[in-house]
Amino acid sequence: MKPATVLNIVVVAVLLMAPYWLNPYWVDVLNSIGLYAVLALSLNIILGYAGLFHMGHAAFFAMGTYTTAILNTQFGIPVLWLLPLSGLAAGAFAMIVARPIIHLRGDYLLIVTIGIVEIVRIALVNNVFGITGGANGIFGISRPHLFGHVIRTPHEFYYLIFAFAAATVLLFVRLENSRFGRALNYIREDDTAAEGSGIDTAHYKLVAFVLGAFWAGMAGNIFAAKMTIVSPESFTFWESVVMFTIVILGGSGNIRGVLLGAFLIIGLPEVFREFAGARMLFFGAAMVVMMIFRPKGILPPRARTYCLDFLPETPKGIGR
Amino acid sequence: MTTAPILRINELTKSFGGVMAVNDVTFDVAPGAIVGLIGPNGAGKTTVFNLITGNYRPDKGHIVFHGQSIVHLRTNKIVSLGIARTFQTIRLFQNMSVLENVLAGCHCRMQSGVLGAMFRLPGQKQEERRALQTAVEELDFVGLKAHLDLAARNLSYGNQRLLEIARALATKPRFLVLDEPAGGMNDNETQALVRLIVQIRDRGITVLLIEHDMNLVMRICEKLVVLEYGMMIAQGTPEEIQKDQRVIDAYLGVAEAEDEVF
Repeated sequence: MKPATVLNIVVVAVLLMAPYWLNPYWVDVLNSIGLYAVLALSLNIILGYAGLFHMGHAAFFAMGTYTTAILNTQFGIPVLWLLPLSGLAAGAFAMIVARPIIHLRGDYLLIVTIGIVEIVRIALVNNVFGITGGANGIFGISRPHLFGHVIRTPHEFYYLIFAFAAATVLLFVRLENSRFGRALNYIREDDTAAEGSGIDTAHYKLVAFVLGAFWAGMAGNIFAAKMTIVSPESFTFWESVVMFTIVILGGSGNIRGVLLGAFLIIGLPEVFREFAGARMLFFGAAMVVMMIFRPKGILPPRARTYCLDFLPETPKGIGR
Repeated sequence: MTTAPILRINELTKSFGGVMAVNDVTFDVAPGAIVGLIGPNGAGKTTVFNLITGNYRPDKGHIVFHGQSIVHLRTNKIVSLGIARTFQTIRLFQNMSVLENVLAGCHCRMQSGVLGAMFRLPGQKQEERRALQTAVEELDFVGLKAHLDLAARNLSYGNQRLLEIARALATKPRFLVLDEPAGGMNDNETQALVRLIVQIRDRGITVLLIEHDMNLVMRICEKLVVLEYGMMIAQGTPEEIQKDQRVIDAYLGVAEAEDEVF
């Protein structure tokens, strides 16, 4: 077996067993890591693969969360049924807001997306259409039911979140190694050359936004179910920055890197909680050092491998 | 040549600010031909290419490809209609492999989308496999098959130009636009390139190229179009062009002018 396969098996096994060794507090930390991992993976499609500087991902996350919160509390629709609907709401929102800004590049796009996340947060605080509950938010979201079992404790949520994260990883690995994944990489590498090679760059950028938002919306559904209370303060600009940092620091465009980034950025501050104020200082310094010595992230993207078994003279699965 | 032209350019005009980059240019390209677009630096050759490939919109004039006006189409749409190009300054996906660069060209002949990829639908797998085969064939055609897993940035300059051609060919074009394909190549590489361009033509692909290497142009082009200061000053066979007084003046400069000498 290849070392990477062994590592995958060990990581999955440890994650499956982890709740048996940990108290509810640490399981809850892992739950946060899992949710941020899904959010960062969805941002990675936009920021990592397509190279679009999008710092407003919390807006899409908020759309999904509030869709679930409102429809569950107002109409009593079971939470998990709202999973696809929350994704669709966030995706539709992304399509509307991303369409006019899709041609912007780099820092210009960054500024506009920061604007989006702030507009969404302020709209939530101001109780738009009288349905978001203002600054207090919405409470009383019901617990999710799965096969007649109510998911309530951190340990139970752990398996829901990590099953969702695992499915996300599996689907996104496939997406990365496809025509779609490559198209986004071509756009990141050279927009003009991609267009000149016959790739509809505007279309693919928009699809990247919509798909990333769809997934962030689904993460919002699970977040709403876990918290049972949602309020605008969960969707500040800072949340967008955290997701952005996970992707950039972990290794934008590399799924393993993004997962590692989620563990480090969300997990380490908890591990060093006893150092109180100094931990954030240390954390900031570590990030500065990282960006100097590994500007492409801890795990930079690796070259894809392709199965060229139709070539008689080349070994199977050539690549680096 | 009595067949209908594959590309017809009519009164094409484009200005940037006050500069007339291309001024009232009209010429045809017959199917299966190798046509050269020549002229001194800054004559507007690359601008004509950018107008054909949809990177710029003309101020005036028509570009008709296979009987269809392509003036208001976006670049990717023009590529899918069958016009592929290479760039004067090499524009490869430098951090991606040679194979992936060619797969970019295959993209517009593929269908599968997000769901096909996520759920590995049977059609998607077959399509990927066919695309890989096409990509390897095109790499073999330009002679880069041995380097297919290198990162594009690690190729030599001449090979990077060949890779751009392979990527363009992978779009299955009917018309190929080459912007200074021999730029930066040594003599041996240029000889090989001449043979390659003839082979491309023999595959039934019409070639329009910009080139400063007059030796190359005179050898392979059946027709030349000469631009100077955005205007077309001559067109015809290489023999006619060599004798044309305006072309000689443009290239060698009239008595006192200090034009670049080729």
